[in-house]
Amino acid sequence: MPERIVVPFGPQHPVLPEPIHLDLVLEDETVVDVVPSIGYIHRGLEQLVQKREFTEYVYVAERICGICSFMHALCYSQGIEHIMGIEVPDRAKYLRTIWSECSRLHSHLLWLGLFADGMGFENLFMRSWQLRESVLDTLEDTTGGRVIQGTCKVGGVRRDIGQEKLDEMHRALDPFEEECRDLGDIFLNDDTVKYRLQGLSVISKDDAYALGAVGPTARASGVPVDHRETGYAAYGDLGFKPVVETAGDCYARCAVRVKEIYASIDLIRRAIDQIPEGALDVKVKGTPDGEYFSRVEQPRGEVVHYLRGNGTKHLARARIRTPTLANIPPLVKMLPGAQLADVPVVVLSIDPCISCTER
Amino acid sequence: MSTMAFLKRSPWILHYDASSCNGCDIEVLACLTPLYDVERFGIINTGNPKHADILMITGGINEQNREVVRNIYEQMPEPKVVVAIGVCAASGGIFRECYNIVGGVDKVIPVDVYVPGCAARPEMIIDGVVKALAILEERREKMTGAAQTKESARQAAGEST
Repeated sequence: MPERIVVPFGPQHPVLPEPIHLDLVLEDETVVDVVPSIGYIHRGLEQLVQKREFTEYVYVAERICGICSFMHALCYSQGIEHIMGIEVPDRAKYLRTIWSECSRLHSHLLWLGLFADGMGFENLFMRSWQLRESVLDTLEDTTGGRVIQGTCKVGGVRRDIGQEKLDEMHRALDPFEEECRDLGDIFLNDDTVKYRLQGLSVISKDDAYALGAVGPTARASGVPVDHRETGYAAYGDLGFKPVVETAGDCYARCAVRVKEIYASIDLIRRAIDQIPEGALDVKVKGTPDGEYFSRVEQPRGEVVHYLRGNGTKHLARARIRTPTLANIPPLVKMLPGAQLADVPVVVLSIDPCISCTER
Repeated sequence: MSTMAFLKRSPWILHYDASSCNGCDIEVLACLTPLYDVERFGIINTGNPKHADILMITGGINEQNREVVRNIYEQMPEPKVVVAIGVCAASGGIFRECYNIVGGVDKVIPVDVYVPGCAARPEMIIDGVVKALAILEERREKMTGAAQTKESARQAAGEST
């Protein structure tokens, strides 16, 4: 039996912009066991609900993660709105959907770039990020912020998108989709990409389900869960079908995200077509008293905000379960059997967002 | 590019996420990609502290990463410059009241340039790096100057004996 050695991976590592530490137990070049340790960017955001008023905490929630920032704010706001029985105007719901899908587009393009970089496909990395800049331009035009938007609030949204801008966005979607399809074509059909990814670190449907995988990681193994199906914000009106693959390997996880980009473009197009006129927000009166599990589908999977109010302007408790935390047990299951050189690609395939995980 | 005229060589950057929300990190990466493309100035993001000239840190310091940040800084060869990206790296920012946040990066290592913003924009990050380059150049000259003085003193001592 070959001698076992332990190789530390992280916290500062070239392929990951964020710190996570894995102890990889190797036999020769093959990974046999993985021990993850987290906590390098734990801040303690949950306790901050006791120091910030419930309407102000939206900005803190937004900064749980700089990539899915809008969706954290949305999840928190929806939770408070449910506790307080606030009915958000329809236009605000559509605007929330449009910004959510823009966030998903920029997150998936960002991930595709990082993933290509992890494979050593530098050209594809640059191309994905070049495309992503046009999404960020739209976000900046409509909200004022590139990565932190600050437009979602309890009771609605802070800004409107004028009809002129909506038309412009609609016109820009067709050429954007064409470019995305060109890019996706490389990820899905290029022989080098397929050779690198197909059959790598397979996780079965049963394992993915049993270990609580969420988001594209679960959907790539054939578990058809997508929280957008429950119809929060305007998803109920727009109609939505999750993208599901069955292979469960790194290629399938990549394919789910590529196809979700097309789905997001389609959702934005239909949301712009159907957006109703009306108010942007309702006045928030009183304080939250009660508890609620608020759930939203982020680019990485389902995020859960548990919120409990006690009738004061500060919440008593917030608990945030983020998708990457749920995807770490599946990752630990996936890695054994992989070659050391493939570890960065496999780790990236769950789209780890460490600042979410550690809050 | 008159502001970059003093650039005599290509500085390599090391990026570490202390306890940032990711917002500044993806903006640091955005600087390297086609729209901003700092690689045209020879600036490369390296993963190896021993290759790096400029350390870019995002996010505040917490109890667990304190040693990691110090370790990375100490592994970098002189001359080196530290750039704190974003308001969290400067003071802890929106997270400064969190129980696990000690404060800005300057609680652990000396910081030369502070880039404000939440999240810091790529233009500002590039501006911060340009400022860091001037400091790096100054330090390099001081070091080579010191080395030359040492060398000439040694030669003078050699001649006298």
